[in-house]
Amino acid sequence: MSLELFLLLAAALFSIGLFGALTQQSIVMLMMGLELMLGGIIVGAAAVWYYIAPAAADGQVLVVLAVTVMAVEMAIGFAVVTALFRSREVDMTDMAAELKE
Amino acid sequence: MHDDAIFWVLALLAVAGGIMVFRFDSMARATYALLTSLLCVGGEVLLLGLDYLGVVIVLMMTIEMAIMAVFMVMYMMNPAGLMPMTMVHNKKGAAVICAAVFAVLAAGILLAPWPSRRGRPSADPTMDLGLSLMGPQMLTMMTLGLALFATIVATVVLATRRGRYDRFGDDLKARTADDPVGGGMGR
Repeated sequence: MSLELFLLLAAALFSIGLFGALTQQSIVMLMMGLELMLGGIIVGAAAVWYYIAPAAADGQVLVVLAVTVMAVEMAIGFAVVTALFRSREVDMTDMAAELKE
Repeated sequence: MHDDAIFWVLALLAVAGGIMVFRFDSMARATYALLTSLLCVGGEVLLLGLDYLGVVIVLMMTIEMAIMAVFMVMYMMNPAGLMPMTMVHNKKGAAVICAAVFAVLAAGILLAPWPSRRGRPSADPTMDLGLSLMGPQMLTMMTLGLALFATIVATVVLATRRGRYDRFGDDLKARTADDPVGGGMGR
């Protein structure tokens, strides 16, 4: 185990999540991509805490922040999907694009 | 030695689960693949000695994916994956972008002169986290609390069926709302 290995895992998870966020048309699947990206950030923050500054708790605070962002992203995402579906029966990003007009 | 083996098993499972999320036709299977990946993330955090945060991640992801599975069944047109279905756009372009992002990140990770380790983890990192959140990082904690409260309000407002214009009409100064069941003591 080393810092580089943990960070490579974090980069892999982030990239896979980015692929999902860029390609998926379904808003729920897009949110799954965002969750994976945040998972990568959690691994990276925890590894930086352990391998660089384990005496300070700042890295742990970053993990708490990322976990909170995950919860907020999911709650707001599902609420937006519900509102979109209720008003226009839309659950795809491409169809939601007309909202900007 | 054991830690190395556990790291590799969890890492490979996390990456494989992440890939399978976007390859399964069944939305339920995709949810479980994401759950596997995020549970492995929690396992890696546990491996780094962050017991509290690792357990929080495992518990939160389990519940979060259960909720996500419900929303999948509610909104996805093919939740069981009984017929092949892809709902993607610009797959090749996204693959190129993501490969480039991974290559840049990997190059930075492998080439950067990382600082050497300063200090050692204390016997109880959870207490360090608690003291930090209640002390020097209090502003972070307060901001997170406000963000969570705002999230609660925003989700209720977004998800509610009847907004104030439905209840009061165009004139928001009306004395009584047009509710199917009246509220208050006088009903």
